[in-house]
Amino acid sequence: MEQILKLLEQNARLSAEDLAAMLDKPVEEIAALLDEAADKGYIRGYRTLVDWEALGTNTVRAVIELQVKPKKSRGFDEIADIIADFDEVESLMLISGGYDLQLVMKGRSFQEIALFVAKRLSPLDDVLSTATHFVLHTYKKDGARYVTEEPDERECN
Amino acid sequence: MDYSSLLSKRAKEMRPSGIRRFFDIAAEMKDCISLGVGEPDFKTPWAVREAGITSLERGRTCYTSNIGLKELRVEICRYLKRRMQLEYTPEQVMVTVGGSEAIDLCIRALIEPGDEVIIPEPCYVSYQPITTLTGGVPVSVPLKAENGFRLTADQLKAAITPRTKILILPFPSNPTGAVMRREHLEELAKVLRGTNVTVLSDEIYAELTYGYDRHVSIASLPEMAERTLVINGFSKAYAMTGWRLGFACGPKPLIDIMVKIHQSCIMCAPTTSQYAAVTALRECDEQIEEMRTQYDMRRRYLVKRFNEMGLTCFEPEGAFYVFPCIRSTGMTSEDFCQQLLYGKKVAVVPGTAFGDCGEGFVRVSYAYSVEHLQEATKRIESFLKEKGLQ
Repeated sequence: MEQILKLLEQNARLSAEDLAAMLDKPVEEIAALLDEAADKGYIRGYRTLVDWEALGTNTVRAVIELQVKPKKSRGFDEIADIIADFDEVESLMLISGGYDLQLVMKGRSFQEIALFVAKRLSPLDDVLSTATHFVLHTYKKDGARYVTEEPDERECN
Repeated sequence: MDYSSLLSKRAKEMRPSGIRRFFDIAAEMKDCISLGVGEPDFKTPWAVREAGITSLERGRTCYTSNIGLKELRVEICRYLKRRMQLEYTPEQVMVTVGGSEAIDLCIRALIEPGDEVIIPEPCYVSYQPITTLTGGVPVSVPLKAENGFRLTADQLKAAITPRTKILILPFPSNPTGAVMRREHLEELAKVLRGTNVTVLSDEIYAELTYGYDRHVSIASLPEMAERTLVINGFSKAYAMTGWRLGFACGPKPLIDIMVKIHQSCIMCAPTTSQYAAVTALRECDEQIEEMRTQYDMRRRYLVKRFNEMGLTCFEPEGAFYVFPCIRSTGMTSEDFCQQLLYGKKVAVVPGTAFGDCGEGFVRVSYAYSVEHLQEATKRIESFLKEKGLQ
């Protein structure tokens, strides 16, 4: 299972047949493992890595640090659930150290993000403070380098 | 000056490598996908690169002894014992500029004009030209797909004459990926014992064997070490091609003469590379395994894809090449490669580059990422479809 997930994490377009050949296992076994992975939530989905910056679209990304008030009964989960439900939020993590939650969000402009923070995040009862950091450039994301690939300079000998 | 009359006849008659030709064209083409390289796509493990850098920082920039750093030769002996069950002392090991220098030295050390060198083909492109340059006579033995591209005892027996000096034994094989297992080697050893034939066992791909027990060296069989020169190196196993570092080990009288030649024409292998290689041997067994696992997955992927396309692919057990048969297309290897290159911009090497008996096959390297192989095989598939061959 671990090996299948590692391969798919690198390249989601490998078919069950390809995986079966690569791992020297029957296709049925691989298909069953893939089903199991989906059922049990080991695989959370298949997406494409898009470099919007390269395409030239106007997108702005920000990393926002939040200090929040944990609840006696549910700790950080309640406020995290509320924030995670916003469509603008790309990722949300509970972090150790100087602040509690880190969220990454995407918008069409700086203003859009600013408004989101001012109008939707800050007013939440349990949010104590926010610090917004705008992303200036992405070098690497989700394990992929966001640069034009270096040409293969190997010679054929 | 008219060099056509000045250049050495033997040098002029050396067979040029047939691999390059296509790739010079490919290099000029936009969006061309190559499956032609003969070197790993991995980077040298970081620990090794760091050891090279450290040796430079410490100013270790002088020559080493001709035979190679003692420290490195000691590590090579330990490595050969640990991974190949071979017993050598550091005096029997010399460090060379890649495995290719060791091939050159061994042939030059043994061959008198007219002596014969048995070369099982298809094989790596340098044995034949070095033999002719030395005045030796190459005796090619065509290997057959039905024997898994292995050299058989009968073929060997038939090729040996009173003038035979060297048997080239290049397994795991570039270009076929064939491997000689212990039982196959034992058959050859029976023929060789009692003769004066030296085996040049080119084991540069020894770390890259798949799906069965580890590589077996013919030198590990009884009475064979005394008649075998084992050649290996760092290029393929440790992804260190550009460091130019290999080694040869064998009977001391042969090594001594090889060192003498090496002293005159090379002096010593690159010092930085030698220090880096010590770290490779000490710390990188795990990385070798990881790279091997990756190659193995790609190998199985390619074998499956070629078989699906109807280009029968004998299962290669070593190196990083598959050698599919393209006879079903009705084209010669050369035509196939040319049309594939111009039609679909995929570059593979015609089997004939590795000897005439490579006709009907092409060499495909899998020292590439899976994504690269996916795209390339997709193009080959559509090439076959357009030709009405699938």
